[in-house]
Amino acid sequence: MQSHPYFMPLLLVAVLTFCYSCYQRLQLVTAGAAENRFDRPGERLAGVFSYAFGQRRVLSRPFGVNHFVLFWAFLLLLVANADFLWQGLFPGSGLSALPEAVRHPLELAFDLVSLLALVSVLVALARRLFFAPSYLGNDYTKPCSGEALLILGMIATLMAAYFLMNAARLAPGSQTWQPVSRAVSFFLQGLPAATLDGVASVSWWAHAIVLLLFLNLLPRSKHMHILTAIPNCYFRNLDHPAVPPREEFQMGNRFGVSGVEQFSWKDLLDSFSCTECGRCQDLCPAHNTGKSLNPRRVVHDVKVNLLEKGGKPLIGPKGDGTSSEESLWDCTTCGACLSVCPVLIEHLPKIVKMRRHLVQEKARFPEELLNLFENMEQRSNPWGIAPSERGKWISVLGERSFKPGETEYLFFVGCAGSFDSRAKQTTLALATTLDRAGISWGILGKDEICCGDSVRRLGNEFVFDKMARDNAAMFRERGVKKIVTACPHCFSTLKNDYRQYGVELEVVHHSELIAQLVGDGRLKAPKKAGQGKVLFHDSCYLGRHNDTYAAPRAVIEAATGGVPGDFERNRENGFCCGAGGGRMWMEEQTGARINHERVKEALKQQPDTICVSCPYCMTMLEDGLKDQGAEKVRVRDIAEVMAEALNDR
Amino acid sequence: MLVISCIKQVPDTTQVKIDPVTNTLVREGIPFIVNPYDTHALEEGLALKDRYGLRSVAISMGPPNTVATLKKACALGVDQAILLSDRAFGGADTLATSQVLASAIERLAQKEEVGIVFCGKQTIDGDTAQVGPGIATRLGFTQLTLVDRIEWLDLDKKRIRVRRKLEGRHEIVEAPLPVVITAVRELNRPRYPTVPMRLSAELTEVTVWDNQVLNLDVETVGLKGSATWVSKIFSPERDQGEIIGDGIKDPVGTAHLLLDKMLSKDLLAI
Repeated sequence: MQSHPYFMPLLLVAVLTFCYSCYQRLQLVTAGAAENRFDRPGERLAGVFSYAFGQRRVLSRPFGVNHFVLFWAFLLLLVANADFLWQGLFPGSGLSALPEAVRHPLELAFDLVSLLALVSVLVALARRLFFAPSYLGNDYTKPCSGEALLILGMIATLMAAYFLMNAARLAPGSQTWQPVSRAVSFFLQGLPAATLDGVASVSWWAHAIVLLLFLNLLPRSKHMHILTAIPNCYFRNLDHPAVPPREEFQMGNRFGVSGVEQFSWKDLLDSFSCTECGRCQDLCPAHNTGKSLNPRRVVHDVKVNLLEKGGKPLIGPKGDGTSSEESLWDCTTCGACLSVCPVLIEHLPKIVKMRRHLVQEKARFPEELLNLFENMEQRSNPWGIAPSERGKWISVLGERSFKPGETEYLFFVGCAGSFDSRAKQTTLALATTLDRAGISWGILGKDEICCGDSVRRLGNEFVFDKMARDNAAMFRERGVKKIVTACPHCFSTLKNDYRQYGVELEVVHHSELIAQLVGDGRLKAPKKAGQGKVLFHDSCYLGRHNDTYAAPRAVIEAATGGVPGDFERNRENGFCCGAGGGRMWMEEQTGARINHERVKEALKQQPDTICVSCPYCMTMLEDGLKDQGAEKVRVRDIAEVMAEALNDR
Repeated sequence: MLVISCIKQVPDTTQVKIDPVTNTLVREGIPFIVNPYDTHALEEGLALKDRYGLRSVAISMGPPNTVATLKKACALGVDQAILLSDRAFGGADTLATSQVLASAIERLAQKEEVGIVFCGKQTIDGDTAQVGPGIATRLGFTQLTLVDRIEWLDLDKKRIRVRRKLEGRHEIVEAPLPVVITAVRELNRPRYPTVPMRLSAELTEVTVWDNQVLNLDVETVGLKGSATWVSKIFSPERDQGEIIGDGIKDPVGTAHLLLDKMLSKDLLAI
């Protein structure tokens, strides 16, 4: 057998255009701003095995199994297809030249895997055609988009051609290690040899041409993820995906991102890694309540904008390649998109970077935020209440200042815990619970300043930077080593964001501390039922952002003797209360209210008490219950539940 | 043409306490802010700069640390910031303060025509609302107080029409330039400084004019030039409240009791 004279030039053209497309896109990505994602290679590789080869996140939904099969089929068939192209150039070489002991098992594997691939492609096609989940589509793509059907069709054709080609070549009755191809060959029985040769030749060419077309479609479609997803997993954010990078406040610098080229190269790589699976969109509280934000769209728009080389505004009137300002302000930074993305795309930092531009370079933001920003700068709390009022809640307990060297825990009360009358009850409950356990704790009183969570998520990095530096200096000066707080926003900010300021503290959320005290026997678990049917609502900044799901549930169990019930959407799939990302201080004018959605979800189970572990969730759920006329359902912080149980004993 | 905004640095009054022993303001550790009404005066000056290309100047009289307040004005976009600071200016009441501010405006007017001077309607520490009118009187400018909207400004004809916010009504008045306008909160929404502007404001030099520059008679400025002085500061004592009648059992009777009480104390102005 001899190589077809047209094949080599065809292959050459296909490979060169493929390489050129990849090169073009690589150039676009590398034009992004510098960011170090090359450290800790061991940890990165481990992630690649887990997220890419193990398909960890893909498999978190049932249909992911189909992708798992397809992914591994692709990896194995990569060898078969490389061999196919090689043999196209040099017939009789490659795998066919291997000894039978090696060749036969390979032939068997390729044959079976091709069948698996064909089946999973047909299943995928059926899913898109007949039972597509709503999140596959949105305002710019449909489940049955031409692109999706074309790709699935191509893969199916490749497999069919592969079987047909093998079947036509199999001599009737000959020994073969290709059971599927053998089965297909039964349909060809009795055909003359010349026809069989024709079938083999046509299917060989069909296979070759579709393969080369597929190769060239990859970089030009969402199937680019086949090339970029694995590197994207390697270059993932190892630290804390919700912590945006610091900014340097020097003349001449740019603040935030207004043009696509100002994103980091990893942000740009993200945009080419999106598979359009729609899972982020499915979980996003803003998208689910009819707001203009769709995290998938944000990433898509970055890609479109990049491919048009920034010819369109990145932020402006909503359009393909442009994110609207409204959509950027819709984000609650709940992190659902981050936690669900199978290829570890970082949507949230992109949104914060664009907010930074709007706030810091344009001073453009929803008008409610003007007061917030002024209050934060002038009085270091969101309400603008005099700082001297901060420590007033403590008067019932007497003087409890943090004393360097003597006090073990700094109780970082936070703005809500200090000023909000409802949250102050949580503060007192925690204080009395810690006293019960004999923990040494103290507060900073009027010297405590806001941790800066809201301003950072809102993109006002300039003000956050000042607050973080002031706080860092104060912690150092007072010798603070351990911090306990009842606010997940303070908790996450002090624990994760402040690392960028050289602050390495042992920060615990009160749920963790109380759970530990119960575990150590320092708090006698009262197991006092009295809250009725309890549901626990996961706080985004405690749960998703810090993987703490068990501790608050353990506290409730210890206090009530019963395991709390879960919302339909819970833990990693939890649904935000609507107050994160600075949304606490903004009006919610578009679509349904996020807290109403969450409360309705709770009311389906007719709870008596909804337990929370965050002062923002407390406000949002209480307000939501009032709006739904369900005030009889109580909202209690886990510390209150524990304190109530301890006092009842 | 110049548009001048007069601003004052004041202690954040929500945080000010009175020392019960000495009866003086405890200012230690109390942050300073730009007088809230003055932020509207500043914003309107900047808005006219943006719209008509006028040159915007912020002036403030106060101790040297007032530079911080003027830098905030720079961060918002004023073209020039001038601090009027001299030991001789210290302890001034509204009369002496308007004297110094008016003389600084006169000095500016020697080089460039002054169109509008904006002041906040009053400060939150003194609450007199006298400095704006005082400046207008000394300069011979028309005074338009309590303005909540500029209806129009005609730079060719040098006329302005504004709406004044009075108790229970609005008043629309027209006047020839130059004018002094005192701003109420409804006049505008102050802008927020961008970071590049904040950073450049850090490097901006604030012009300082002392009495060597203004050359005023020391008897007319500062404490010496003041017609009033503070002899004592105290928190007024309030009578204990009382509960009249029983509003739940007899709401109508209680309302009558309350009305009688108010009439007897002459609390209802007719």
